[in-house]
Amino acid sequence: MCPEHVDNWFSCPLFISNEWHESCSGRKIPVYNPATGELLCEVEEADAEDVEKAVRSARAAFQMGSPWRSMDASDRGHLLNRLADLVERDRLLLATLEALDSGKVFLMAYFVDLMATIKTLRYYGGWADKIHGKTIPVDGEYFTYTRHEPIGVCGQIIPWNFPLMMFAWKIAPALCCGNTVVIKPAEQTPLSALHMAALIKEAGFPPGVVNVVPGYGQTAGCAISHHMDIDKVAFTGSTAVGKLIQKAAGDSNLKRVTLELGGKNPNIVFADCDLEYAVEQAHSGLFFNQGQCCLAGSRVFVEEPIYEEFVRRSVERARSKVLGNPLLPGVDQGPQIDQKQFNKIMELIESGKREGATLECGGSPWGQQGLFIQPTVFSNVTDDMRIAKEEIFGPVQQIMCFRSVHEVIQRANATHYGLAAGVFTNDIDKALTVSSALQAGMVWVNCYNAMSAQCPFGGFKMSGNGRELGEYALQEYTEVKAVTIKISQKNS
Amino acid sequence: VYSEGFVPADIFINNEWQDSVSGKVFPVYNPATGEQICEVQEAEKADVDKAVQAARLAFSLGSVWRRMDASERGRLLSKLADLVERDSVYLATIESLNSGKPFLPTLFVDLQGTIKTLRYFAGYADKIHGTSIPMDGEYLTFTRYEPIGVCGQIIPWNFPLMMTAWKLGPALACGNTVILKPAEQTPLTCLYIAALIKEAGFPPGVINILPGFGPTAGAAIASHMGIDKVAFTGSTEVGKLIQEAAGKSNLKRVTLELGGKNPNIIFADADLDLAVEQAHQGVFFNAGQCCTAGSRIYVEEPIYDEFVRRSVERAKRRRVGSPFDPTTEQGPQISREQQNRVLEFIQSGISEGAKLECGGKALGLKGFFIEPTVFSNVRDDMRIAREEIFGPVQQIMKFKTLEEVIERANNTDYGLVAAVFTNDINKAMTISTAMQAGTVWINCFNALSTQCPFGGYKMSGNGRELGESGLKEYSEVKTITMKMVAKNS
Repeated sequence: MCPEHVDNWFSCPLFISNEWHESCSGRKIPVYNPATGELLCEVEEADAEDVEKAVRSARAAFQMGSPWRSMDASDRGHLLNRLADLVERDRLLLATLEALDSGKVFLMAYFVDLMATIKTLRYYGGWADKIHGKTIPVDGEYFTYTRHEPIGVCGQIIPWNFPLMMFAWKIAPALCCGNTVVIKPAEQTPLSALHMAALIKEAGFPPGVVNVVPGYGQTAGCAISHHMDIDKVAFTGSTAVGKLIQKAAGDSNLKRVTLELGGKNPNIVFADCDLEYAVEQAHSGLFFNQGQCCLAGSRVFVEEPIYEEFVRRSVERARSKVLGNPLLPGVDQGPQIDQKQFNKIMELIESGKREGATLECGGSPWGQQGLFIQPTVFSNVTDDMRIAKEEIFGPVQQIMCFRSVHEVIQRANATHYGLAAGVFTNDIDKALTVSSALQAGMVWVNCYNAMSAQCPFGGFKMSGNGRELGEYALQEYTEVKAVTIKISQKNS
Repeated sequence: VYSEGFVPADIFINNEWQDSVSGKVFPVYNPATGEQICEVQEAEKADVDKAVQAARLAFSLGSVWRRMDASERGRLLSKLADLVERDSVYLATIESLNSGKPFLPTLFVDLQGTIKTLRYFAGYADKIHGTSIPMDGEYLTFTRYEPIGVCGQIIPWNFPLMMTAWKLGPALACGNTVILKPAEQTPLTCLYIAALIKEAGFPPGVINILPGFGPTAGAAIASHMGIDKVAFTGSTEVGKLIQEAAGKSNLKRVTLELGGKNPNIIFADADLDLAVEQAHQGVFFNAGQCCTAGSRIYVEEPIYDEFVRRSVERAKRRRVGSPFDPTTEQGPQISREQQNRVLEFIQSGISEGAKLECGGKALGLKGFFIEPTVFSNVRDDMRIAREEIFGPVQQIMKFKTLEEVIERANNTDYGLVAAVFTNDINKAMTISTAMQAGTVWINCFNALSTQCPFGGYKMSGNGRELGESGLKEYSEVKTITMKMVAKNS
């Protein structure tokens, strides 16, 4: 994985200019296995000085005439495809690293996270030489065309819930469009990113095109969002930190900002749905990845006639979940990522009990050591409860009751968030009406978490700004230049 | 299955190698020596019928091909590109042997062009977007870009492998199924690709390859009631027949890439060395057997004599010889027939009064070689100035003014490409706007790449290949309008 051993058996360096660097401060970040609490290894901790080095490297790689700038666009695509091939080669290793580092169930990591990573890299590999400007019939004796240029040096800050997948979602469109990147993985989960760094070098990306600098938000992340020589920052994480990033961008150099933040996503189940299917989709829609998804369908609105039955079946389903070592095949649910998250979730569960929701099952920690929480279901949740309003990011499902379409649309939209929503119904009118009315960047009809590299992803309102994936992501990573040439005589 | 142990020589339908229904075979030659390489099964109407059945089945709703993720179609094309790359030396060798192209350019230009085109369209497969549309009324409306269906594709002998990729790439990216007929002179690399198609994992019936002749297999494709679209690259003369046949049969969609008599305009302020070399390559590349051949070179009067002198000197230096000699620049013409045709044009140039500066004769005892030939003092009404020669014959004309050369350049039924050499930005912009040609090159020639649309104005063709434009020709747009209870913006 990391080619140098420093002091003890595994201290992974920073990746700048295709080289491995110790941190300027000498500090290191301990990396834990959340399933056991054990220390896996240490990584070098990037701070402002290291970010500065990385930015200088990325800026140099972006200079006019550099190998990266003068490369055929199709060759950029070729490099991304080569990287996808290497990820595929190292799929088992990466899935194992990911499961160890994040607590994710190994089979999920292998089949979902790794597959999505590979497909995303390939998808953007295909776009690189298809980024078209236009020629435009302007008024006057001119010939005008646009160039869709790369923005420049892009700072990217990614979370711990899908470390590898988020890495791919960020670098792929950025590199596809010709940018250079300084990417900060979350301090909890830097390992898969560092292996990707090695693969990036192996694939043949020129030095400085991608720089990987694990560090803390308040230091390295802050340095990135405030940096005067970073042209754009992309952040995925909490809404609270997203606000800080946007402020920092305004405070510094007006760098372009895209944000993928939290969600308190409504999942609306009508009485005419396929009930068993809806229960299962709502279940996995919430409990996937230990509930640690911005997309978690954490407000399940069920139409009155089927409410009781829906709750009954959901509880039964939640009870059947198998917790344990994420590396073992029979296991459905791993630990939460760390003590801080664990505490936050438990606190919100307590608030649910206190504020009068009915605790149907779970509600307590699980197992001998640290960070596992029982799958928890609350019914009779009212919209003003904390568990109905705040993002829990844990295995806690809220089930509410509704009577009419109009009412549920209003209640679903009564939030500052707006990331995703689900609708379960067989009625075509309800499907179209509700999906049009919901203030969410993604609406799923008779499915949940149905995502794919081709499809834009992002939030309304305080769930974020801008879109990732699909063709839409390209807009966020290009700067448009209009070139107008005087000509002696225009003809249509 | 394999003829002479080195290349497949059967008909490829449903991922299986088959004999022709009639039992007929036809010979395939090495144009550098005139010797027969092997025999290949000859497809005729009955074989086309079989192929259509297979392709239609592979296209039916619910089939493996129709149900596949678009990204997976792209994966298969990508895999095919990898296999072509793996076997590129072998493919270049067969291509060179069968078509007479010099081996090194074949390896570096044709093979690279083939691989890049397949990769380009592999990348597009899951990026073919319909639109959702704010129509008037209480409706939700969107478009689907569906594959057209069974596509017949007829390709020429001048770039056999590359033309295979230009045709398969967009058709398969969009989800169609294909019946492809390579030229009877050059079926071998296309048949090898069939083996790679099977190895890559394309489902049976998605691609079917039928070697055969134009008047039989080609005509059967163009007039088949079960084929939804025909794409043809070849002569304008045959292109007209294809379009007629489409109209007469089932109004199948037609795209055509036909001939050219392409103007190359050289201004006095051009970089003269660059212009001479580019004009030379522009007409002599591939022994002049290019639809893009810059076969009318208009040189501005002040530099005309010098341009002719340098062009003749360059033509005399052009090395003609065996395709497998690494110093060879020019191989043979594809066949005795083509060779005779070119020699006949040369005679017409001489008899109509153009000045033969160099060359003019066949070369060597074996094969179909012709000396690089240059004519000066060519008038626009001569046959060599009007008709597509498709051989190593360069025409150099003189012009005085910009307006004059624009008119003369456009004065043709063709309209495939044009070029202008000048350092003056205004001349460049004016000429490129004025040319009635699908591609205009400024200070370069034959600068083609898979990302750029390519095709002709007027009788050089209909429709565009390559680039995003290539996709349009292989999709059928369906608009779906759903009544909504209450529309909101």
